[in-house]
Amino acid sequence: MSVVLEGDGRLAGGLVLPARKAQSASLPIAETPLPAELIYPLGADAGGDTEPAVRLGEHVLGDQPLVRARDGQPVLVHAASSGRVVAIEPRPVAGGEALCIVIEVDGRDERLACTPPNEALLRDSETLEATLAAAGLAGLGGAGFATGAKLAAAQRQGLRALLINVAECEPYLSCDDRLLRERAPAVVAGTRAMLTLTGCPAAVFVLEDDKPEALAALEAAIGQCPDATALSIVTVPTIYPSGGERQLIALVTGEHVPAEGYPPDIGYLCHNAGTAAALATYLETGRPLTRRIVTVTGGGVAQPRNLDVRLGTPIAELIRVCGGYRPEVARLIVGGAMTGRAIACDEVPVTRSTHGVIAATAAELGNRGETVACIRCGECAEHCPAGLSPQLLHGATRRQDDTGLADLGLFACIECGCCDLVCPSHIPLTEQFRVAKRRVWLGEMERERARLAEARYAAREHRLAQRLAEREAALERRRRAARDPAASSAAIADILRRARGDNDPGSRDA
Amino acid sequence: MRFETAAAPHLPVQASVPRLMRRVLWALAPAAAAHLWFFGPGLAFNLTVAVVTALAAEALMLRLRGRPLGPGLADGSAVLAAVLLAFALPPLTPWWITATGSAFAMIVAKHLYGGLGYNVFNPAMAGYAVVLVSFPGQLALWSVAAPGGLAPPALDVGQTLAFTLTGRLPDAVTLDAITQATPLDAMRSGLAQLQTLSEIRAVAPFGGPGEQAWLWINGLIALGGLWLLWTRAIRWHIPVAMLATLALLSAVAAAIDGDRFPGPFLQLFSGAALIGAFFIATDPVSAATTRLGRLIYGSGIGALVFAIRSWGGYPDGVAFAVLLMNLVVPLLDRHTRSRPFGT
Ligand code: SF4
Ligand code: SF4
Repeated sequence: MSVVLEGDGRLAGGLVLPARKAQSASLPIAETPLPAELIYPLGADAGGDTEPAVRLGEHVLGDQPLVRARDGQPVLVHAASSGRVVAIEPRPVAGGEALCIVIEVDGRDERLACTPPNEALLRDSETLEATLAAAGLAGLGGAGFATGAKLAAAQRQGLRALLINVAECEPYLSCDDRLLRERAPAVVAGTRAMLTLTGCPAAVFVLEDDKPEALAALEAAIGQCPDATALSIVTVPTIYPSGGERQLIALVTGEHVPAEGYPPDIGYLCHNAGTAAALATYLETGRPLTRRIVTVTGGGVAQPRNLDVRLGTPIAELIRVCGGYRPEVARLIVGGAMTGRAIACDEVPVTRSTHGVIAATAAELGNRGETVACIRCGECAEHCPAGLSPQLLHGATRRQDDTGLADLGLFACIECGCCDLVCPSHIPLTEQFRVAKRRVWLGEMERERARLAEARYAAREHRLAQRLAEREAALERRRRAARDPAASSAAIADILRRARGDNDPGSRDA
Repeated sequence: MRFETAAAPHLPVQASVPRLMRRVLWALAPAAAAHLWFFGPGLAFNLTVAVVTALAAEALMLRLRGRPLGPGLADGSAVLAAVLLAFALPPLTPWWITATGSAFAMIVAKHLYGGLGYNVFNPAMAGYAVVLVSFPGQLALWSVAAPGGLAPPALDVGQTLAFTLTGRLPDAVTLDAITQATPLDAMRSGLAQLQTLSEIRAVAPFGGPGEQAWLWINGLIALGGLWLLWTRAIRWHIPVAMLATLALLSAVAAAIDGDRFPGPFLQLFSGAALIGAFFIATDPVSAATTRLGRLIYGSGIGALVFAIRSWGGYPDGVAFAVLLMNLVVPLLDRHTRSRPFGT
């Protein structure tokens, strides 16, 4: 293996959390039946904005794109089954409401004919990026970054090693664990494809050390490969958030991704195991991404397990497949327990980044208790995996001191939630930082907009002034021409030349 | 079905201020027991007066500031400050001195600065410093150590209570008979009389129960401190920096002039250095909050303690050292920020 691994396997900060994975990890992945409705939120997606590509009432086939790019190169969304577009309207999603395309499923599950892509063409990074975005491939680990864009960047910059993230460090979640146990060959195939596409010499699978079955399955799958030497496995201690991209890279390689940069800047790329498997499926079949594995778990659901789900399926349907709610259910969370979002109703659909649905009971959530003033104990800083001092950030958020926030590294905060859990004063630090980031971003956007508007205004003024001056100059010329026969014949010649279409920049308006 | 929503993380919090304060109080229990064993029931009265006053003052201030009483009284911070003050005071302190210190700690040092989390000065040490400066005579008297005995020359429970409340001693008992200099005190006055250390250490309180008492109490304080470190109630930076600095400076000084400067062992185990390092300087609110800041803060206290003990006007100096370093904390916070990941 050509990659040197110098990470000492120790996370700076982080937290040992209750695992709570056993409840969902024991059963095999189950297929979710076709729901009555599939719901697809639109809007800002990885890489750009989308708009509907289908009309109300239109019949769509499975794998048919439902959106097109409005801006940038967004990752497209495809129908997971055939049916009719019955609504394009705001629907609840995780974190509020969004415009959604709603498909009433016709039950025939007809699909577009697809052909596998020509892999030779994907050697060109622009084609790679565009093709994978059109195939709906984005990270399935939760952050949902466009797979094509990441691979294309790596292709351009060159890689030392590809890291396949199977740490799955969040409590409750077991979808990557189950994926490896049941479909390790697909993960390995996708990984090898990533190596080929990026020209990268080696891939390292990174697992937390609490997944022996997944490890065995992965070893077996690698053993089947002809180029097994390029593939290796590293286990890391079970400490949250070892699976954070930057944390994972530091754990394994001992190197830090620059705060303002991306992993390819230092020669690494991180992909989630599910993403690798999805890429393998696409390269083999040409079918876009329309499904994912979701962990449905928590003390509030009757039979926790992992489900193979069509994107767009309402969460209520997943809960139904898992035997419904238990009476103790108190909160419904989309994503993981540390970073996920609590949703108010279960009509929210599964999207690419939905790796978990947790129906948590009050006992599992604990009682947060009163928030009191920060006692400056510094525990938050001891546990921050991003090396920040949350207690100082907290002070700066209270003062709304945006420069202070930036100096303290607010934007290096990965919103992992560690500081929250160890804070004896029960201050909702992570949420404060989330809000502060948004405020600073909005402020910056506002300033940028104002700056652009001002620049536009200045440019317009300038243009108007120029046009006025030109018009006056032309008037003056004509006046002079009227007085001067020579100039007048020159002007006539000029007009004739223009009429013939000659290109004489000297006589044209700028 | 509708669900309540809340912000992530969706897991139980792992710590709370009352739990933290309770743990620190428990860690002091063995030392308190030793204190009672050697110096009689004085500490118990100090504790009672200090705690009752602190809670009353806390309640009063919370009421005046329009804050709910429940959480403020229950968080344990007032009790802890009162307990630390009681430990700092001599066992035979008149009740009104204890009450004054405790009330000052809560009203001025804590609440006038904005309450828990905002106080600049360590409340217990602010309270102690105020009474030390105001009533130096009364605070210079420490009980004679009488292991396990409430018999003469020590006062029994009733006599101690009477003295604490009224200042009256039983007939035929003089103040001199029941008090004795602390080791640091004895050292200070001895040195002032140009005695050498070996001469000083040849007489009481050295060599007898007086010295033993301090060893025991400080040993148990250190154990409690280590337990706090072990359970992560405190972090190592402040105590280690403070004790190491004090030990290092005294070792160097003792090597240069062994007759005038006591060595590290005496420095650490005969006064308030250990309780200062593990229980007082680690008060998070008034201490530096970054790792480097805490190392500097701790070292600063250690150095100041050494300086005050060696050349200052008071035999110990932990309180003033802590209060002085409290002043530097905002500066330390500003200039010792941690480095964000990847920068
Ligand atoms: S949420 Fe942000 S500040 Fe808090 S521990 Fe995680 S990275 Fe650090
Ligand atoms: S953990 Fe909470 S109380 Fe402690 S320093 Fe951080 S924010 Fe303050």
